[in-house]
Parts: sequence; C-alpha cells; structure tokens
Amino acid sequence: MKTTEEIFQILKENFPNSELTLKTDVPTEPFIIIAPFDVDKISLFLRDNPDLLFDSLMCLSGVDDFNGQKVKDENGNEVMQGGTLSVYYHLESTSIRHKLVLKTSTSRDNPEVVSVSEIWNSANWHEREAFDMFGIKFINHPDLRRILMPYDWEFGYPLRKDYQNPEFYQGMKVPY
Amino acid sequence: MSIRTEEMVLNMGPQHPSTHGVLRLELTLEGEIITKVVPHIGYLHRCFEKHCEAMTYQQVVPYTDRMDYLAAMGNELGYAIAVEKLLNIQVPERVEYIRVIMAELQRIASHLVAIGTYGADIGAFTPFLYCFRDRERILHLFEITCGARLLYNYIWPGGLSHDLHPDFVRLTREFIKEFRPNLVELNNLLTYNRIFIDRTANVGILPVETAINFGITGPMLRGSGMKWDLRRDDPYSVYHKFEFDIPVGEGKMGTVGDSWDRYYVRVREMEESLKIIEQALDQLPEGDVTSAIPKRIKPPVGQVYTRIENPRGELGYFIISDGSTSPFRVKVRAPSFVNLQIMDELCRGHMVADVVAILGSVDIVLGEVDR
Amino acid sequence: MGLLDKEFSDGNIIITTTEDLFNWARLSSLWQVGFGLACCAIEMMATSASHYDFDRFGVIPRPSPRQSDVIIISGTVTLKMALRVKRLYEQMPDPKYVISMGSCSNCGGPYWEHGYHVLKGVDRVIPVDVYVPGCPPRPEALLEGLLKLQEKIRQESLVKKSA
Repeated sequence: MKTTEEIFQILKENFPNSELTLKTDVPTEPFIIIAPFDVDKISLFLRDNPDLLFDSLMCLSGVDDFNGQKVKDENGNEVMQGGTLSVYYHLESTSIRHKLVLKTSTSRDNPEVVSVSEIWNSANWHEREAFDMFGIKFINHPDLRRILMPYDWEFGYPLRKDYQNPEFYQGMKVPY
Repeated sequence: MSIRTEEMVLNMGPQHPSTHGVLRLELTLEGEIITKVVPHIGYLHRCFEKHCEAMTYQQVVPYTDRMDYLAAMGNELGYAIAVEKLLNIQVPERVEYIRVIMAELQRIASHLVAIGTYGADIGAFTPFLYCFRDRERILHLFEITCGARLLYNYIWPGGLSHDLHPDFVRLTREFIKEFRPNLVELNNLLTYNRIFIDRTANVGILPVETAINFGITGPMLRGSGMKWDLRRDDPYSVYHKFEFDIPVGEGKMGTVGDSWDRYYVRVREMEESLKIIEQALDQLPEGDVTSAIPKRIKPPVGQVYTRIENPRGELGYFIISDGSTSPFRVKVRAPSFVNLQIMDELCRGHMVADVVAILGSVDIVLGEVDR
Repeated sequence: MGLLDKEFSDGNIIITTTEDLFNWARLSSLWQVGFGLACCAIEMMATSASHYDFDRFGVIPRPSPRQSDVIIISGTVTLKMALRVKRLYEQMPDPKYVISMGSCSNCGGPYWEHGYHVLKGVDRVIPVDVYVPGCPPRPEALLEGLLKLQEKIRQESLVKKSA
C-alpha cells in the first residue's frame, strides 16, 4: 500500500522532465495533476511498475471546469471562451490494493488528451463518452465516435455548461 | 470449384426480445460463426448527469433510482454514501442496518430478474414465472416500507425517508423461511437442467486477467474465479459486521469463467444475501432514522469517489462540489456500461445462438448503460 | 366472458352484428409487441408474469411487430429511439393500438425540463389510444389501461364515418 504522496515521489524520480503537481488541500481525496500529453507514458509506468501495479482503471470522467470568460454570442446566449476541460482518472491496484487519482487539464478551444485505451481496455468507452459529452479528443483512440448521442448529432457537446439544446432534431420538437 | 463466401452483417435490436432493453448489436458473421460484435448503445440516454447539475443534492435521489431500475436501493445507497462522505457526517446505526437489509433484499430481487430472464432467453419459460413469484414478495416488503414497488426514493443522504413498518421484520423472516426451499426448487428446475447446461457451459469463457483489464466487476469477475467483493474488500456501511461467503466460479460444468459459472455465482449470492439479512435482523438496533438528515446540503469545495457493490458490479459515484447546493459534476461509473464492453471479446468465434446466452450472463440494465 | 357468455341454450346459431363479432374478436386477443424501453418494461414484465397474469385478457407478447395488435410504449422514448419506435408502429398491421405507459412516454416525465435527449411524449411521433399515468405505473394501472382500450375497441364501428 502506498499513499498518493509516496506515489508522487516515485513519479517525480522517474519522470524528471514532466510537469507534475500534487494537490492535497482538497478536503476529501488528494490527486496528482499531470500534463495531457504525458498521460500514456505515466499510465503505462503506473500499470507495469512492480511497486505500483495499477491494473484496473475504475473510472474516467470528463469535467467542464467552466473557468474561462463568459461572453454573449450573436443570439444573446452566454458562451464560454477560453478556460479548460479536465479528465480525472481513478486507478486501483487489485493486488496491492491502493488507489490513485490523476487529473489532467486541456484547453477548451482545442481539447486533446492522449488515450489510455491501449493500456486499460475499460478506458475505451469511457473516453468515447467523454468525447461525446465534452468534445475532448483522445489521440490514438481506436474508435473515437459518439457513443450515447446519435451519430449524426451536430448540436454540440451536451455536458458542457454552456450547451444550448436545439429546437428540432430530425423533425421532432426537442423542448417541452 | 470454389464457393464464393462473404461476410454478413446482422442487426440485433434495438427491438429484440433478448437484448434486455434497447441495445443494438451489430454482428459480423461468417456463416454461423461470429467474427465481430459492435454494441451500439445510447437508445435510453436520459441525461442523468445533466440533471444532477441542475438539481439540489436531495433532488438527485429519485433520478439515481432510474439508472439501474432493477437495483434502485443500491443506487440510492451509493449516492447517499458519497454525499455523506462529502459532508463528513455520521448516520445512526439503525439507518445503516436498514440500508444493508434493503440493499440485500434488492440484490435478491435483481438477481431473480437476471436469472428468470436468462432462463427465458434460452428457452426455459417456467423459471421466469417462478422467479417473478418470489420477487413479488420482496416488492411487497419494499412497498409496505416506502410505498413504491420499483423506484423507491427511500435512502436519503443522512437517513431514510421512513422507518420500517411494524410488520416488516416478521414478514421478512417469513419470506426468508419460504424462499430457501424455493431456491432449491429453482436449482432443480434450471441450474442442473441438461439443456441449460449444454447451452451455457463452456460458452463465453472470460479469463481473469482479461476481466481485470476490461474493468469487469461484480458477479462476472467472481464468475471468472476471482474473490473480489467490495462488501469485503472495501467495506462500506456496516458490512464488516456480518459473516458471509463470496461465491466464485469453479468451473463445475465446464471451464472457469463460462456463462454457467456467472449464472451460478448469482444463484449462490442470493443465499449469502439471505444470511446477511438474517444477521442484520437479529442485530437491528433501535433509534431514529431521520435525525441525521441535513436540512440543507451545502458541502465544502472538493471531490469524492465512492463505490459500492451493486448486483451488477462496482457502482461508483464521482461527485465534484463547488460549494453550492447542487453538484458541479456527477459522473457515474455504471457497472453494466463497463461490463458490456467485453461482448466482442466473449462472442468472437461462437455461434449466433450463443450471443443470447452470453448477453444474458453479462446481465445488463440499459438504464444504467446509457444513464 | 362478455358477449357470448351463457348465450347458448340449445341451438348452434347465434345472431349478432358483424361489428360486435369483429370487435369482440379484436378485444379478446390483443397481442402485444414484446418490446420494453425502460423502467416501465420491468413492471410490464411483472404484469405478464405469475402474479398479475396478462394472459387472462388474451395479451401475449409477440416478438415481431408484424404479428401484433397493440404496442405498449413502456418507458422513456429518447430522440435516438423515437424513429425506431415509429418504424415499429408502421410495421404493425391494421387495426393497431398504442398504450403509452408511464409519465415518460406520456409527457417526458421527470426528464421534461433538462432532458436534452428525451422526447417529451411519444404522441409526438405516433398516435396514442390510452395513457397510463405513473412512474412507473403499478401493474394494476396497466391492467386498467388495457381494460380501457378494450372498452374503446368495443365501441368501434365498421361503418365509414360521414364527414
């Protein structure tokens, strides 16, 4: 069993060139912030290092941080400019039984994160869902399509906080 | 002379009696043999996560019911535990015991549907009727407790909406006494039925390493022979006070991790749930179940990931709070959503008729897959 | 049951109108499409299982819409599913009936406000004969919905309506 602080030290020694930040001031769970293009390297290390052995990805969540600048578009709706989207990874080792939370943030205008679906197969649909809901593009993902919304949905990404629902979809009225 | 062959793409669903809802499977076939399965989901996407962001913490509870509608109590329990952890409050002992009793009764009810429909999928219709007969009795217990049959809104963050009905303990004991012989009857009718074994044994074998890499949890992982149950391995509520076994697949009728093993793990889990309920009824303390319910839920800024063992596997709630009265983001790690990914791996190389047998043993609920 | 009950004394000729005969035949064997959408589908299954027994009213689930008379829309219809529901309805032979079961298919239910992917009422794509309220409706409520549908069929006329 290793705490997040110990894992952070191990990561720091093995990835001297990567940006790594440890967040412990949150009340419930500490987490490590990593750069979006280091995700695959660090994940592979976390999975295969004999002291860590994070063999299971419990959860992968996209989050709209909603920290940019609010502006009005031509229709008078409030939209967000700038800011970031984040991805949280909840990892677990079934043999050593420790857990870890990773976070990575990417720009809202061109959100790109490296995929981990090669490392944990369970990430495949989670990443598709994050793409579907937030528009986060996962580089090297084998099959990045919409998953829950219809394949021809062209009205944006529903879980973004400034999402506007369309009036009609294929001739059906959407609002109540 | 050579025969020209070509692959055929067959669509199964969204309207199909054996897809357990509105799942669409795109099967690529070479003759009768499956070469590829692509599941298409989202036909029941009801925007749960968007609703959470618009509702207060209390208002989210009824929506959690409607995810895994066969195990609504479990969903509420997971959500309540997550919010309580975020608020850092303790709930009375009696509440914890009642929650465990409800969650275990719900596990039996959910497994009864899983087993009954699995039998019906494979062609044995009678077990379906037997299972639903017993399930109605559990639903009656829920109904006298909170007034609803399927979606309860019973377990709230901090407590319960109602205390137990005065007759609840007596009726539950009666149910347990009568359910045990019914389970033997079910085993004789379906579990050891020759045709059923032929259809399920050695079909859809799932090795344990693959299962872990795919994030498979619940009866599916245990069917592959791994003793992993969050009630024991990451205890929540008062599960550490009870004695129970964790049934795992042993390959009794074929190979470890086949469809029959996954089915049989569910049957034996019901027996274990009965044991837990009996112990909880014996130890049930007195107390007030509504005293710890907060009037206004306004957790500090932060995030929490909690998980419980739902009938289908690990149900996780990831809640981010921004300090207001409604969650900033709720992500649900639904067990069926993750378990369904393995369909392609399990079905490849099998016959078309085995798809139904494999899908039934995965036991999905579309409300939870699509949320 | 109903029209022909205790009508036989000795003869083997029954005199009735074609309309009554047709309506009686239709309402006594309403075959439903074996099709579930969401939570309500579980209550629909419970209705057809041992405790409530839909078969009493001649309702048998058929796997194919081409052999059925009634479709029970049991649950939330999403935008992705709506056109499939419509196609299922179009595949059914006439005369065909629709029972909308539960608040979601009546009007969107709890998802009416923020449900960006929920169709607010199945009557936006197909015509509905009977609405059964509840979330989910109890099996008794669904049975009553079916009896209401039977009542409606009993009143039907083969005569072309004058404009």
